[in-house]
Amino acid sequence: LNGKLANLEIEPRETLAEVLRGRCRLTGVKLSCEAQVCGSCTVLVDNLPVSACTFLAYEVRGKRVITIEGLADGEGRLHPLQQAFLDHFAFQCGFCTPGMILAAKALLDEKPEVTDAEIVAHMNGNLCRCTGYLPILKAIRQAASELRRQK
Amino acid sequence: VKEWSEFAVVNHSVPRGDGIAKVTGSAIYTSDMVVEHMAWAKVLRSPFARARILSIDISAAKNQPGVVDVLTGDMLKGLHPYYGHGVKDHPLIAIGQVRFVGEPVAAVIAEDELTAQEAVGKIAVEYEELTPILDVDTALAPGTPRIHETDFADGAFRGFDDFPGASGNICQAVHVEWGNVDAAFAAAAHIAEGEFYFPMVYAYAMEPYVAIANYEAKGHLTVHSSAQHPFMVRHDLAQVFGLPLNSVRVIVPYIGGGYGSKSYTKIEPLVAACSWKSGRPVKLQLSVEEAFLTTRGDDARVRIRTAVDANGQLVARQATIHLNTGAYAENSPMVCRKAANRIVGPYRIPNVKIDCFAVYTNTVPASSYRGLGGAQVTFPGESQIDELAEMAGCDSVEFRLKNLAQCRESIHPGMRPIDADVPGDVLEAARMLRMDRPLAPGHGRAVCCSASDAGAHPVTLAMVQVYADGSVSVLSGSTEIGQGSHTILTQIAAEEMGVPLEKVRLVGSDTAVTLFERSTGASRTTTLMGRAVLESCREAIAQCKVMAADVLKVSTDQLVQVRGGIRCGDIRMTWPQILEKYFQMEGCSIIGRAYLRKAGDLTLVPVFWEIGVVGVEIALDEETGSITLDSLVTIGDVGLAIHPAMTEGQDLGAATMGLGAGLFEELIYDGQQLMNGTMLEYRVPRFSDIAGNIEMKLVQNRDGVGPYGAKGGGEGAVNPVSPCIANALRQATGVRIRRLPLTPERVWKALQEKKTQGLL
Repeated sequence: LNGKLANLEIEPRETLAEVLRGRCRLTGVKLSCEAQVCGSCTVLVDNLPVSACTFLAYEVRGKRVITIEGLADGEGRLHPLQQAFLDHFAFQCGFCTPGMILAAKALLDEKPEVTDAEIVAHMNGNLCRCTGYLPILKAIRQAASELRRQK
Repeated sequence: VKEWSEFAVVNHSVPRGDGIAKVTGSAIYTSDMVVEHMAWAKVLRSPFARARILSIDISAAKNQPGVVDVLTGDMLKGLHPYYGHGVKDHPLIAIGQVRFVGEPVAAVIAEDELTAQEAVGKIAVEYEELTPILDVDTALAPGTPRIHETDFADGAFRGFDDFPGASGNICQAVHVEWGNVDAAFAAAAHIAEGEFYFPMVYAYAMEPYVAIANYEAKGHLTVHSSAQHPFMVRHDLAQVFGLPLNSVRVIVPYIGGGYGSKSYTKIEPLVAACSWKSGRPVKLQLSVEEAFLTTRGDDARVRIRTAVDANGQLVARQATIHLNTGAYAENSPMVCRKAANRIVGPYRIPNVKIDCFAVYTNTVPASSYRGLGGAQVTFPGESQIDELAEMAGCDSVEFRLKNLAQCRESIHPGMRPIDADVPGDVLEAARMLRMDRPLAPGHGRAVCCSASDAGAHPVTLAMVQVYADGSVSVLSGSTEIGQGSHTILTQIAAEEMGVPLEKVRLVGSDTAVTLFERSTGASRTTTLMGRAVLESCREAIAQCKVMAADVLKVSTDQLVQVRGGIRCGDIRMTWPQILEKYFQMEGCSIIGRAYLRKAGDLTLVPVFWEIGVVGVEIALDEETGSITLDSLVTIGDVGLAIHPAMTEGQDLGAATMGLGAGLFEELIYDGQQLMNGTMLEYRVPRFSDIAGNIEMKLVQNRDGVGPYGAKGGGEGAVNPVSPCIANALRQATGVRIRRLPLTPERVWKALQEKKTQGLL
């Protein structure tokens, strides 16, 4: 969990969101629609984005889970996506932001040379009610180019 | 008056004050909070729209292990259980009867949420069903019973904000009239007339309503809540529990979206009553499905006619607006007032008569929705402006330019004259949209505009604290709801105090710490709280000057203010130096404060006119009736943008919300039951809905009463979007649709109808 081994006792019925928010106090995992529509609870399980609201926690046994709290590097340097979201004012209330950033990370890890159409298609499962999406698109573009530069 | 070149912090797109917290997941919202010894509440909701409660059996629920207590409407002895800032008609939990499907009937307080939820299922309620009153016409029909059998006391803001009351199933009636419409229509060259419908919408703030209340036995109540207006919530809670204002503390951390839906009191009295009853701090976290059943926007039926003379000058507008307000008044009396004012638009119209009614029905209570009545009435108003332009044989932009009020011209007798350049804004939008380009088949373009009397009642109190190390805190009762208030208020303080932005902190919102601010809404924060912060800084500086004069043994007029301090001859002193020399001690701080009220240049209403100007080009797929946005342009006529990037962000966000109601969003009732109250079935704009070309522009004429000539933004751009789409559709196809949303099905049917008529 965020780069560290986590031993947790959980109930079989508990969702990943309940465990992360409740037991682990990783409240960057946000709950909204609780029906896999809005994407605000998106976390990465073995680098793939999942909706933690409807993902049973026991399914992450032996897998790598990343939440927004685990995205900056050990020295507290922001991930290029986090920086790009700041630079482009790609959030207002911030409630969708952790899920947005993690969904975008999954995309950019998979596809460093990404087109706008691919960003839009990939991000269509993440809702934002504040920004009108364009600043988020710009942020993901910038992060993609920064990540390519770093490579 | 500061010159443009003098701004060091203001008018710059500085990093957001809440930025790092929000991209790292460390920003704490009420939904993330837990407090010591906290119990959880869950709510049993009514399955009927109108029924008497005959009995409630809570024994099985109460006996379940882990259940702390149960609250029902017959256990409220000692409280004043009806609240409401307009009309005190809203019981904190159903008392004796229910008035909409989803109304809270009982609450279980348990050690954990799951136990509470299980126990809710064990409560047995016996109802006597009554015939529900589900639409405006039924509610107003002679012989229809009253949804509220008694008249309720006025809330704190009825009268104060000029609400004439009403009775029966009319919650509120507002009449606006000047000139003589009958004579004007009789003499008119062209009259456009029609009935329009703006749908019932849900704001979908992504964080559903949540509150944590702790009622301590000695009569101190502390509430953390996702509320937009903490001081209004404090007022209602003080009334419900009979507590003095200093014993009710409302704290608002970061809020996960509001758009009006979190304005005024929502679940706080219920949660506080759960704590009062159980003796435990209690958290109630609603689901989104429950939030659908808590507040929605008023849907509106508008019968409207507008006339021009032979020269193409607007001569009259008359409208009857019926708002479906749902079961409780909430903020609909204000929506009613604003809808009546805003339907006039930014035009000079010599004869106007508007009758607006907010009508109770047995549906989810309606309240504020971004723009407060603006979207509901701009759709009919601006649709009809295009209809008239067409009748007069005039280009729609030309027609608007001919009729729009100029800056400083009056559109509402007795109100503040227009403090914006609306004709210039419309012309600029048309230029940005390149209206002269030929249109591709299936494409249409339109520019629409609106004028909203914004700012609400101007009572805004603020403080700044200037510390002896040069740091500054702004104490603001405005809430950070995403609009960026915590950033722009610190910018203003940094600008005024001449200190680096990093040295300024924002403290708020906490009613025990920050001074009264009426509300965070009506686009008022930059204008009113921004100005209060500016004046607070200047007051602190005045105090510093007196202290410096004392220290230097000179008179204050020998001091010259410079950036971050004063100069007296060759001597320069910064604020921290002045404070340290004056107090002869480290670590002190002083307070500058400002109390804004309806006086001086804030006497005239509105505080400012919020102008919405939007242009769109749509692309229609005639096979499916599906509309997409090819281009979107927005103009933000904001006087001065304290933070240009965030100001544009408000325009795009507002326009996107307008797109939702224009194309997708509508709450649908089948009988008494809301059919699509989940995010699986309620369609909001997505990533793939954004326009291919988006251009935003800020107009900064420094013509507002806010700091440095600023005015508010954030709501205006909602209003013109749906009439833009409807007018562009008309241009593309010749079809005029007067009902939103413009879903593929509705558009396709209208196209088929036109084709059929063509064949005949």
